[in-house]
Amino acid sequence: MRLLQLSHSDLTRGVEALRKAFRVEAPLPERDHFVFGPLPAGAALDLSAANTRLSAKSVIYPASEKMLRVSLDPAKEDHHVYREADKDYSPRAVLGIRPCDARAFTLVKPNFDNREYRDPYWVRSYECSTFVGLACKSPCSTCFCTSAGGGPFDTAGLDVLLAESGEGFIAQVLTEKGEALAAAAGWSAAAPEGAEAALSAMKAEADARIVSRIETEKIPGKTILSLFDAPFWDDAAFACINCGACTYLCPTCWCFDIQDEAHENEGVRMRNWDSCMFPLFTLHGSGHNPRPNKTARVRQRFMHKLKYYGDKYGGGIHCTGCGRCVTHCPVNIDIRRIASLMNGYEPDNACAL
Amino acid sequence: MTTQLTENIRKIAARLLSEKTVDAVIGFREGSVPLMAEPVIIRDPKDAEGLVFDSFCGVNLANYLPGRKERIGIAAKGCDSRNIVTHLVENQAKRENLFIIGVPCTGMADRRKVRKALGGDVSSAREEGDEIVAAGPAGEVRLAKKEVLQDNCKTCTHRNPVISDEMAGEPVPEQEGVDRYADVRAVEALENEARWKHFEEIMSGCIRCYACRNACPLCYCPTCFVDDSKPQWVGKSLDKTDTRTFHFLRAFHCAGRCTDCGACERACPVGIPVRQFTKKLLKDCEELYGWEAGVLPGVRPPLDVFKLDDPQDFIR
Repeated sequence: MRLLQLSHSDLTRGVEALRKAFRVEAPLPERDHFVFGPLPAGAALDLSAANTRLSAKSVIYPASEKMLRVSLDPAKEDHHVYREADKDYSPRAVLGIRPCDARAFTLVKPNFDNREYRDPYWVRSYECSTFVGLACKSPCSTCFCTSAGGGPFDTAGLDVLLAESGEGFIAQVLTEKGEALAAAAGWSAAAPEGAEAALSAMKAEADARIVSRIETEKIPGKTILSLFDAPFWDDAAFACINCGACTYLCPTCWCFDIQDEAHENEGVRMRNWDSCMFPLFTLHGSGHNPRPNKTARVRQRFMHKLKYYGDKYGGGIHCTGCGRCVTHCPVNIDIRRIASLMNGYEPDNACAL
Repeated sequence: MTTQLTENIRKIAARLLSEKTVDAVIGFREGSVPLMAEPVIIRDPKDAEGLVFDSFCGVNLANYLPGRKERIGIAAKGCDSRNIVTHLVENQAKRENLFIIGVPCTGMADRRKVRKALGGDVSSAREEGDEIVAAGPAGEVRLAKKEVLQDNCKTCTHRNPVISDEMAGEPVPEQEGVDRYADVRAVEALENEARWKHFEEIMSGCIRCYACRNACPLCYCPTCFVDDSKPQWVGKSLDKTDTRTFHFLRAFHCAGRCTDCGACERACPVGIPVRQFTKKLLKDCEELYGWEAGVLPGVRPPLDVFKLDDPQDFIR
């Protein structure tokens, strides 16, 4: 790890320099919020957002992504054969990503890239990307990253982490990819002596500003069935309207649905984000639905996030504490509240046989 | 601070449950985040103590009625009551199974407006008289509630329930002389191309999460047309035509039924002014049929019936 000092103009010049070697994606203003997207030519990098409304997962894993294309036009080469859709996997710089969203990629990676399966679209999109994070000096009241395994200065999943300091930034260059990006951006001024201590102090201060928590410590010690059969699910799920806002805003929700679409002689196979909150998500071809009601769907979402994920992938929760689902749920379903119900639940007759 | 309305709702709910007038009561409990309250169903009179009512109870509770078989007590604001009337007309609820606790309403706070006024994250909020006192990055701010109302509440003319079994408070004065359709007229005045652009712009950024549809009490179809898979009518990607099809068709399904409760707009996580799709239809129904949805118990909405004196000048 190397510490660099950047002025605001170093950053601005760096972004322009990066455009020569990278596709640059960053938070862009949209209506009353920000979303990640390609930074238009001439546009300045705007790092004013507390966080983007939708997580940065869409950069690697778009809401709708063409996988294959096919043509039925006999005049075309390869007609009637599915071929890979054209994609751009040239180097990409993702600027201004918050530590919670960067860490999310490390949580979803075991799903898309493991010994059994390698999802080519996710893996190539991820591998061509270099992540330049922005530390959170003013976290929101709904941020609970420190109890979800991360923190406002967490470096997991990042190649560079910028922290605003004085008249500029202290940049931690964390990986080889980060070194290559810093070189392309022309960032080379070593941070002054004492920068490391300043960074630690800022980190401690930011950590202390996280006032919200998620309680999950006791969940790994409980059995799946005891939690599954716990009596609180109906009450916890009552308000839920089974929309997809939580899952679509979430940086770690990874489920998708594959669809074919055709127009005249041309067709594509695509995948679109799907949501376990939708009844259609589990509807079988037979008409049977194994998760037939909203209690079953809400339970699935939280059991997956807080129990199944940790059991399957060796600890932790499938949540980075970004707080988006908490802030934007239209009916105030709160993962922190449900986690504390799960964490505190002790079945009456756990050993009565 | 517990308001008198909250106290009264608690008393009525506890009595209804302990006297077994109803099996359950649907209301709100305190939210876990500022400016929100969570819809809740209670069955034990003791749980009535957890019920609340304030300007953060914007969710339309009528949305929780379809499909319920038990006898339900429900706290209903003006708009909720109009959607209950609509449910009764459309056979989604039975009058004899409902005990409507009427809640006079002075409008609901729009959490986006409060967030904007504070310049960011809202860490706490409470209501004091006609003010919302909210704390944000720059400290505590007192906001006049009328400045941060949901847009639909600003032009609401049915703040008092249109139907109830017992009122939880004295009726509030209805707003007089509000211009309900200034926004619609502005769109009507646009040339075709500009109008199309207007709708394209407000629809941009839609993520097809269906929060608008699912928050809407009118959208109780067992399978929505966008979810049908045999056959599949609408594509599932973020293709503009498919997104338009969803929003426009849903709006037309609500013609003559929409009460402008604002649930759709309130629910949208990306700030789409969803009411812009339905409001022209409200205006048309009012002008063509003298109709306001959910106001007359037992009367079917105009697009649901045929009458000899229906205006026919648009059929050519």
